[in-house]
Amino acid sequence: MSYWFRNDNRLPQTRLAIVSYFIVGMIGVLLLGFWKLQVIDSDKYGQMAEQNRVRSIPIIAPRGRMLDRDGRVLVDNRPSFSVLLLRDDPKLVEQYLPAISDGLGVPIDDLRDQLQNTRNLPKFQPIVIKPEASSADLDFIESHRSDIPVLEMLSVSRRRYLPNGFLAHATGYVGEASETQIENSNSKLRPGDVVGKFGLERQYNDILMGTDGMRRVIVNSVGKEVDHLTQQDPIPGKQIQLSIDMDLQQVAEQSLGQRPGAVVALDPRTGEVLAMVSRPTPDPNDFAVRISAKEWKQLNEDPLKPLLNRAIQAQLAPGSVFKIVTATAMLEDRQIPESFTTYCPGYGTFYGRQFKCWVYSSKKGPTSHGSTDLHEAILKSCDVFFYTIGMKMGIDRLSYYGDKMGIGHKTGIDLPSEEAGLMPSEAWVERVFHRKWYAGETISVAIGQGAITTTPVQLARIIGGLASGGVFKQPHLLKDAKDVPEQRFSFSEHTIERITDGMYGVVNQPGGTGGQLRLAGIELSGKSGTAQVIGYGTRAKLSKQKKFEDNAWFVGYAPRRNPEICVAVLVQESGQHGGEAAGPVVRDIVKAYYDKKNRVPAGTVTAEASNTSPVNATAVVAPAVAVKANEAASVETNGNGNER
Amino acid sequence: MKDAAQGSRDYDWWLIAILMAICALGVLEIYSATHASGGLEGMHYKQIRWLVFGFAIMFALSRLDYHLILDQAPLLYAICLVALGSVLVLGSSRFGARRWIHLAGQDFQVSELAKLIIIIVLARFFAEVRSDELDLRDVLKAGMLVGVPLALILKQPDLGTALVLVPMLAVGAFLAGLKWIHAGIFTLAGVLLVGAVFYPPVSKHLLKPYQRERITSFLHPEEDAKGSGYQLLQSKIAVGSGGFWGKGFGNGSQNQLGYIPVRYSDFIMAAWAEEQGFKGVLLALGLYMALLLRLVQNAQRAKDRAGMFLVMGVAAALGFHVLVNVAMVIGAMPVTGIPLPLMSYGGSATLFVFMAIGLVMNVRLRRFVN
Repeated sequence: MSYWFRNDNRLPQTRLAIVSYFIVGMIGVLLLGFWKLQVIDSDKYGQMAEQNRVRSIPIIAPRGRMLDRDGRVLVDNRPSFSVLLLRDDPKLVEQYLPAISDGLGVPIDDLRDQLQNTRNLPKFQPIVIKPEASSADLDFIESHRSDIPVLEMLSVSRRRYLPNGFLAHATGYVGEASETQIENSNSKLRPGDVVGKFGLERQYNDILMGTDGMRRVIVNSVGKEVDHLTQQDPIPGKQIQLSIDMDLQQVAEQSLGQRPGAVVALDPRTGEVLAMVSRPTPDPNDFAVRISAKEWKQLNEDPLKPLLNRAIQAQLAPGSVFKIVTATAMLEDRQIPESFTTYCPGYGTFYGRQFKCWVYSSKKGPTSHGSTDLHEAILKSCDVFFYTIGMKMGIDRLSYYGDKMGIGHKTGIDLPSEEAGLMPSEAWVERVFHRKWYAGETISVAIGQGAITTTPVQLARIIGGLASGGVFKQPHLLKDAKDVPEQRFSFSEHTIERITDGMYGVVNQPGGTGGQLRLAGIELSGKSGTAQVIGYGTRAKLSKQKKFEDNAWFVGYAPRRNPEICVAVLVQESGQHGGEAAGPVVRDIVKAYYDKKNRVPAGTVTAEASNTSPVNATAVVAPAVAVKANEAASVETNGNGNER
Repeated sequence: MKDAAQGSRDYDWWLIAILMAICALGVLEIYSATHASGGLEGMHYKQIRWLVFGFAIMFALSRLDYHLILDQAPLLYAICLVALGSVLVLGSSRFGARRWIHLAGQDFQVSELAKLIIIIVLARFFAEVRSDELDLRDVLKAGMLVGVPLALILKQPDLGTALVLVPMLAVGAFLAGLKWIHAGIFTLAGVLLVGAVFYPPVSKHLLKPYQRERITSFLHPEEDAKGSGYQLLQSKIAVGSGGFWGKGFGNGSQNQLGYIPVRYSDFIMAAWAEEQGFKGVLLALGLYMALLLRLVQNAQRAKDRAGMFLVMGVAAALGFHVLVNVAMVIGAMPVTGIPLPLMSYGGSATLFVFMAIGLVMNVRLRRFVN
């Protein structure tokens, strides 16, 4: 036995007991810790465990298609994939960023920018780093599933529009919901959701947009899917059938060509829009994916304003087309005898100032109209006659009729951002400029010049409505819409007859300004207009070298009474007279309308039509006409109504 | 030394029963944590192998009179220092630390052996102190004895194991008659040191960067997304989501989907708590408390002071392991890498525990021997 433990059996029992108590205390404290986590805070940690475990991946609902009046597909969807970056774990993301940049061919700085821009969104929400993934991208993600766990594919359907901007301004385009849209959506929209931004896409967004589904999967700690839970299927958006006739639209697009301007063709009996063109046009397919800020800026700042839907947003002087309103006012007011005749020497002097008739500076033919009555004046578009009428009636009566027929009011067409145009009046001048109306201004307004502005769709509605005996249907783009609002005027039958006779003569009688538009067997009627570009000064600032030419108008319809089709065409700065520049477009469309009507039996369905019967959004009633006077005297709106 | 009066009835069968119960919980949870994940299957078999081996060593060690072992304390101490020194030079490096030495086809963590030797050396040292009261000189001597290997282990670096030596010294000194006033002073010093570790301007001189990182992530877990802060958070989520009744064997999502870090080893208590809930924790911690109290009881009945110190050294080491590991699992302490005795998977750590318990049995078997 060793020396060192002899007589060594007195044990410190008290201190050993203290150690026992200490052990019990220690275990007790640890148990309290577990009690706090497992009993008191159990729900909180249960939720956190669930958030860890379950990842929700949205299944995007396809947007409803748009069909033309015969069921042909105008706007469709195509399947596509987006690359998602899962950002739950910033360190992991940072680690794989170079590999991702290499594999997807996205510059690493671009990726960092996107991460920076979305840093305020919840971490569990993946971001789209490449909206249009190629098959090589998909292969890359699939083959690196295990070693790059932060990438995910999202199947989406993208909008497919017809090429070359076909019907682009009417259909509009889609884009990611803006922050304001998300805020105003009552949490129906989430960041990254695709919504209509412009045109019908925006107007009928609620119908077209479906409800996204949700795939819930169980992921492990390295983000790999190991199982899936219930799936909530997406509800696809409903398709809408438009009143647009693809054939007429095609003719309208081709006939206007690339000239800046607009075409609106509608059926005055129902208000259905058959064709709508605006030039220049962007390609909405470019917006269907994601447009860069730079491209957007370019489009927005383009002096030609390709984003503007000129058919409903160009507010320009109607020129001689307005003479129809003046003529109607004269006949209805009955202050001036119907047989009233003026002598036109090519100019007239009113209030001490000389006003020229267009014929005075015409390059060929006579430089005066001679003795002119109402019929002749409409036919030949004699300015002097209408100057005189304007002077005799006064601005009050003119603006009363203009206003009644809808100038200065939105037509209420089912497109966003429509402009109202302007019908000048004494009250307007006082309200806006705080001055008295100069009597001389009436002279210009009487021939559609001066402060008066209209949009193409307004003119189509007015002329079509007059030829229909004073029934103005609200223009709209949905086929077979129920309860279309209308405005009725009790114009006397005699007035309608005189006016329509005049417009028939414009095309079909010798000396008419639209004589070259005559169509055999079709009672094409109408009125030309050649309007000086106002706002010359502002235009000149944009481009000094270009001389600004006149705007050409022609509003035509057929047949001469109760027309089936009315077409308003604007060709901006063509330098030609309305009958020459805009008239042929009207003629082409009306001819195509009759060709189709006489050849193809109605109701024929082409091979392109879907096999499902088109769903008409019949529940949707086109919004009523917004009656609100425009306060500003702008020639053409500078902004456009979209969100960006 | 005669091997008299040793029959099977002299073994502490309660202690063995508790031991086996804890081991059983460990094997169950290792199975649950690893059976479904690729590359880890069959880990519970390996653990069972270690346990069988451990029981054998435990019984073998219990046959050898502890006085003989204590006689060799100086030699063991020398071996300990040499081994710790050589592991710094020769040892294989893993995760940036030199802790392992390759022996007979297995990697052994030398510091586990060092813990055992320090228990023996301290028992011998305190047994030699004759008076009932421990004077400061003896305390300092004991401190030197522990200090050298502690410094070597810190150098590896292995903060967790190094820290285990401190409670062994503290409990030994306390039982050897440390004056209350000294106890107070040392406690204060300890508190100040811990405070300094958590106070960045001071800690940057004391701790390695990875250690400071662990401290920071313990204090601010949300700033450290995937580091040890993340580990602590995931562990807490696992424990908390288990609730009172637990999610059921093999059903813990945090466990099965791998959100709990090293769920079969250091964080095995988190996996257990998630699947078995508070009731399971009650069982596990109850068993640990029973184990520790049983050790104290063995110490109380030891034949001599040397035996008592030996048993209480073991109790101090195991108690500290349980405290630090479990506190870490519930997020009350930073990540130190200390395994949970007998439940965590691991060879060296398991062997250490069984050898330590072997010493305890040794003491018990000789309580009636003169």
